This record gives sequence, structure tokens and C-alpha cells, in this order.
Amino acid sequence: MNLLAIFSYPFMQRAMIAGVLISLCCALLGVSLVLKRYSMIGDGLSHVSFGALAIAVALGFTPLYFSIPVVILAAFFLLRLAEDSRWNSDAAIAVMSASSMAVGIVVISLTTGMTTDVDNYMFGSVLTMSETDVILAALVCTAVLVLFVLFYHKIFAITFDENFSRATGLQVRRYNSLLSVLTALTIVLGMRMMGAMLISSLIIFPTLTAMRLFRSFRGVVLCAGASSVVCFGVGLTVSFVLSTPVGASVVLVNLAVFALACLWRALHSR
Amino acid sequence: MIEQTELLCCTDVSLGYEGQPLLEHLNLEIRAGDYLCIVGDNGSGKSTLLRALLGLLAPLSGEIRRAPELKNGAIGYLPQQTRAQRDFPATVSEVVMSGFLNQKGSRFFYSAAQKSTALMNMGKLGILELKDRCYRELSGGQQQRVLLARALCAAGRLLILDEPITGLDPAAAQELYKALDYLNQQEGMAVVMVTHDLKAALQSAKTVLHIGRSSWFCGSAADYLSSPQGKRFREVLE
Repeated sequence: MNLLAIFSYPFMQRAMIAGVLISLCCALLGVSLVLKRYSMIGDGLSHVSFGALAIAVALGFTPLYFSIPVVILAAFFLLRLAEDSRWNSDAAIAVMSASSMAVGIVVISLTTGMTTDVDNYMFGSVLTMSETDVILAALVCTAVLVLFVLFYHKIFAITFDENFSRATGLQVRRYNSLLSVLTALTIVLGMRMMGAMLISSLIIFPTLTAMRLFRSFRGVVLCAGASSVVCFGVGLTVSFVLSTPVGASVVLVNLAVFALACLWRALHSR
Repeated sequence: MIEQTELLCCTDVSLGYEGQPLLEHLNLEIRAGDYLCIVGDNGSGKSTLLRALLGLLAPLSGEIRRAPELKNGAIGYLPQQTRAQRDFPATVSEVVMSGFLNQKGSRFFYSAAQKSTALMNMGKLGILELKDRCYRELSGGQQQRVLLARALCAAGRLLILDEPITGLDPAAAQELYKALDYLNQQEGMAVVMVTHDLKAALQSAKTVLHIGRSSWFCGSAADYLSSPQGKRFREVLE
């Protein structure tokens, strides 16, 4: 079969464009989140966005316009929680994830019941990306790229050492907030294709893979972006050919690449 | 007006959180070339004082004046290491160069002058040959010297160190003290250090600040040992 023919379908073109952009954003934001030990925030946000989506559908709102503000608020809240040393933050985030999930499921069963739509929200579908989604993804991706290029050194400093950055006069809190808003947007946009249960792996896997292969921060950032985009492209194609769900296929490709990276590291660290 | 050689000056400063004072009526002066060790029990407010000196915490009352060259965060700070840093993928030069952040504005590239200053600072601390190594693969002592080089890039005249030898073996700690002595004596760098290592503190420090639950003492190392706060350490050291 001619692989290029797959992309003659408009829905596949949309999925490819939006997916590549979202994977790139997830990977770049993920480098900072993973290295700061905030991986759980990404996971928590995807669960919150599932709950928000369920409520939006029940109330008859456009899902995206309702979930974006809710998830952004949740992102600020989770970030404060993670920064606050008085809290056991992983436990608090886990509680919040499970609660949002539970709210979502109860709302769904009281209204529409478990339909294909709900299944799509949880596990993703390649058919859900509309033209608006692609445009939004492009906007968010541009914002993330601009942020990374303009503030690259500041992002490095804050990720590496918040205390030092604060002492040298950086507005650490402002950067962290910006980071979480962009993460929230990326997750809401990516969730419908990747699924609420799986989107957080797009944030975590590329950085873990890149950390096995590169020793410099710049190397890790570039490698995470590249591996995330390539894994998405391969995953999308595989999902079309084998008729498997796109989210799960992309995650498995990411897992395979991560395993290869670990193997490479094991062979070369001697 | 703040004097030429004066870098930091605290007048009748009280510090604390949410209106609850932890440390009261402190007077302290740090001049160029000073070497001040801050000692005291856990929870007595040492870290709080450091935060205030760095300008991260406003005093409840009193005044902290800074020399103009220390404004805009031009203080070389060596914070305690965090857990996240231990497996951080970054080269030594990436870490050291991040010390220039306060002078860089929004330019993307570091200037040639900054690059050579960074190399010089790495040279002073004997880590030049590590410059392309990965931070996480270094020993604890090497990591501390990398962070010290970063602090040197951030500041020309004042270093503030928060328990710098925690987790170092005695040889690495000795190396770090030697580096600090060199910077203090040869380059006139003022050093302010919070430490639990009293013996070494008293050897190098020109001034000791002891913070206790209700009182504080500030004076030379010899005076400290005959003060009520320092007496109990006398036998330990002899």
C-alpha cells in the first residue's frame, strides 16, 4: 500500500498537522515539567479536562470553550499545590485527578450514558479534529515555540534551579504560570485525539527518551521535540494501517523508542 | 548614604513570616573582603536571614541597604542542592553560563566577554577540564564547584552560600574551603556562609554571626568562643 495515499483523506491531513504541532508542544513543555518533577501535573490536567468535557457536553456547551478556562484554572491550582511544601503534592494531585474523573463519569451516566463520544474523550479518535482545532493547535504551538526561543536561557535557569533564579531577580512564578497555561491549552487540544488517559504520556516520554541519549539541556530539548514528532507520525500511520486507536498507537511507538534509548544507554555507559 | 566598601547593611532588622518575628533587632554590616559565617541551631532563622539578604524576603521592620552594584540580583548565590538537580541533563558550561542571566536582558546569545569570564571562573575553581561533561555525572564536590563558578558569574563582590558542604566528603569540603579562601583573600570577594561546620567556619571566618532562639551574637571568631553562645563549643574545638 502506498503510505502517502493515507494522507489524501482530509481528516488524516488535519490529524497529522494538529498532531505534529501538539506533540512538539507537549515535548517542549514536558522537558521543563519532567525535570522539575512536575510530571504529575500533566496527568492531573488531562483528568480535569475529561471532567470538564463531560460537564460541557451535559450542559450543551461547546466542549473546547468550556474546558479551556476550567483546565487553565486547574493548572494554576495544581502548580501552587506542587510549589507548596506544606502539602503532600503528589497525593493531592492524585486525589484531584481521580475526583475529576469521577465527576465526569457520574455526569455522563446521568445524561447521555456511555456513548462513542465518551469513549473518544477517554481514548481519543483521529476523527475528532476539526478545522478550528487545527488552527488553535497552530496558535498554541507558535506561542510555545516563541516562548522557548525567546526565553530559552531563562527556562533553563528556572528549570535547573528556581532558588538561584529567584535570587538573580527572575520572575520565577510568572514563568511557571505561563508554562502551566500553555500546558493546559496543549492538553485540552491534544486530548480529543490522544485521549484523556493517554495524553500525559506525550509530555513525559520524549523527555525521558532524550535524557537517555543526550547530556546537555539543549540536546535534550531538541531530541525530545524531534522524537515526539517522529513518534507521532509513525504512530498515526500505524494506527491507520492496523485500524488501532491513534492515541494508544502513538504511546506504544513512544514506548518502543524509549526502550531503544535505554538499551543504547546501557550499551554505551560501560 | 552607603559607604564605598559597604556591600550590605542591616539596621535594626526584624525578620519572620506572617507578622511572627523569628529574628529581632539585628544589626549587621558586610563590607568588601569580609568573611562571615552564620551559625546557629536548626530553625533559628539562618535561611530566613539569607533570604532577606538576597532580597527575597522583606524585613518586618528595620532596613536592609544594598550597595548599588548588588541591585538587580548581582549577588553570587549558592543555594542548597535540590533533588531534581541530581539527574539533570546539562553540561557544566550550560550551568555556569546561566549565572549571567541577570545581565543578559533578552538577548539570545551570550557575549564573547561573558564566555571568557565563564571560562576564567571555571579555571579559578579547577573545573575547566570538566566544561563539556554532564553535570549529573560529576561528584558532589565537583558539582558544588560548578555552582560556585555560576555564582561567580552572577556577582563580582559578594558570595552567599547556604550550607555548601552538606553531603561532601571531608576532602571535597576542604577543597571548597580552599577555593573560598582564595576568592576571599586574593580577589577581595566578600563571603557570607551559613554552615554547621563550626570548626572550619572558625578557621576561615573573620566574623561569626550566631543566631539563637532569643538572642544573636556577632563578632570575631575568638570573641565568639568566649561569648555565652559560643562557650559550649570551646572544648569541641580544642
